[in-house]
Amino acid sequence: MAAISREEVAHLARLSRLAVTEEELDRFAGQLDVILQSVARVGEVAAEDIPPTSHSVPLTNVYREDVPTTSLTQDAALSGAPDAYESRFRVPRILDEED
Amino acid sequence: MTDLTRLSASDLAKLISTGEVSAVEVATAHLDRIAAVDDRVHAFLHVDRAGALEAAAAVDRGEITGPLAGVPIAVKDVVTTKGVPTTAASKILEGWKPPYDATIVERLKKAGMPILGKTNMDEFAMGSSTEYSAYGPTNNPWDLGRIPGGSGGGSAAALAAYEAPLAIGTDTGGSIRQPGAVTGTVGAKPTYGGTSRYGLIAFSSSLDTPGPCARTVEDTALLHAVIAGHDPRDSTSIPQPVPDVVAAARLGATGDLTGVRLGIVKEFAGDGSEPGVTAAFQESLQKLVKLGAEVVEVSCPHFEYALPAYYLIAPSECSSNLARFDGVRYGLRAGDDGNRSLEEVMSLTREAGFGPEVKRRIIIGTYALSSGYYDAYYGQAQKVRTLITRDFQSAFEKVDVLVSPTTPFVAFPFGSRTSDPYQMYLADLFTIPTNLYGGPAISVPCGLSEGLPVGFQIMAPTLADDRMYRVAAALESAVGTFTPPAL
Repeated sequence: MAAISREEVAHLARLSRLAVTEEELDRFAGQLDVILQSVARVGEVAAEDIPPTSHSVPLTNVYREDVPTTSLTQDAALSGAPDAYESRFRVPRILDEED
Repeated sequence: MTDLTRLSASDLAKLISTGEVSAVEVATAHLDRIAAVDDRVHAFLHVDRAGALEAAAAVDRGEITGPLAGVPIAVKDVVTTKGVPTTAASKILEGWKPPYDATIVERLKKAGMPILGKTNMDEFAMGSSTEYSAYGPTNNPWDLGRIPGGSGGGSAAALAAYEAPLAIGTDTGGSIRQPGAVTGTVGAKPTYGGTSRYGLIAFSSSLDTPGPCARTVEDTALLHAVIAGHDPRDSTSIPQPVPDVVAAARLGATGDLTGVRLGIVKEFAGDGSEPGVTAAFQESLQKLVKLGAEVVEVSCPHFEYALPAYYLIAPSECSSNLARFDGVRYGLRAGDDGNRSLEEVMSLTREAGFGPEVKRRIIIGTYALSSGYYDAYYGQAQKVRTLITRDFQSAFEKVDVLVSPTTPFVAFPFGSRTSDPYQMYLADLFTIPTNLYGGPAISVPCGLSEGLPVGFQIMAPTLADDRMYRVAAALESAVGTFTPPAL
């Protein structure tokens, strides 16, 4: 049985904001199925009582000294922006016309 | 006259500090070498001739001194360099000039090391061959029809082609060590948190580790010492002193390993390594025994689940990290015709800007993190990560280091593993466990199989980076270094 269907891949691509083509969907569905069937092997390990590891360094709540330092200037922060307007990042419309 | 590009970083540093050659001469020799051979190797995505010469001139004026002052270096293109294009080999960042330097780049500059340019890699460091670079692959100097490893194939190839004496790589699942292995160069992944991630374009934040690449173990250690150490700008940076890796490398070079216990992992046997790789590894092991080392077999029963666990954890983190490429703050924006919505433009931008492997991993990560699948995939992989860590800890009660081949196969021909992405993942079989555990590991050239280099991997306990350098230098003293055919 396939671990993942073409429809599921299309749904995940939408969630991931990837406007994939029909040709990519065909190709990815098969490839992702092979990959997911392989990685699903982690389920063979009996690990009910095992705590998860998110991270190998046993540090929590790392804070720096509360000392002001310089940060990027507005110009530097905007220097790579595809579009900027009056010292701000300019984005395409986020609301429909009728909203 | 001596060809300056053939010298080690250590020798170059001595010649520069005594004034026998100038830093500008050294930088020029390497820039000229790049100009002569890089059309065939394609190790570099960007060469910064003016920047490198300016940094070299500052050393010649006596403004900066230090153990590697004046020694030029190549930097993987996933590390930010202020004002110098940084793309992570992706179309989505084509032409982007970062407004700041990564911490490790700041440290290179403070050490007086001219940056020659930015090296090619698999897009966003996802891959084992550089075939997933959006700008075309790097060719292995040993055989231009074969892969140089990945993701850091550009850095490794630059060393093997004598375009640079030192390079920076990043290792998430083997991206420093596997390219080192297949190009006959040395590459070290420091303890996670031992080198700063500030200024690395994030792929999998709990695994990404920048580290040194060179042609000799001592050079690797010298570079390790320059870039390692606590950085308050990285919350996972370890606030402890760096072990003296240079002293350990020099100790190892004396060729005495009396009393050092090397562990071989039972579960790695019958792993599908090529016979020539297994043979070179076994011969090297015998050489280490002659130097006084003892070989002990250890069991790490969960290592066989490292690859599946990694290919859930890394894509999960990548799907989250790469959400930042939204066509708003930097990089590409596609399809913005004035009518389309932000969401449509974002989807078109990411579709146009990302290559196939990046898209596959984003989709897998999104799947593994989605409700209903989280416990079975991402959550379970994190538990397996705990068990792999325990395997390492119990092994290190019996042995000082673990050893294995770095990768199961020598450099393979282009195109032989791209049609089945999982076949590509197998290149990382031996390197991935260490990333999940967080300890240090190094790959050292140990021999040839069918005329192509084989790497020997040494894995050490967390924060014991010095231990792997000692064994690595001892092995190098026994087997020598390996020179590719002339380009």
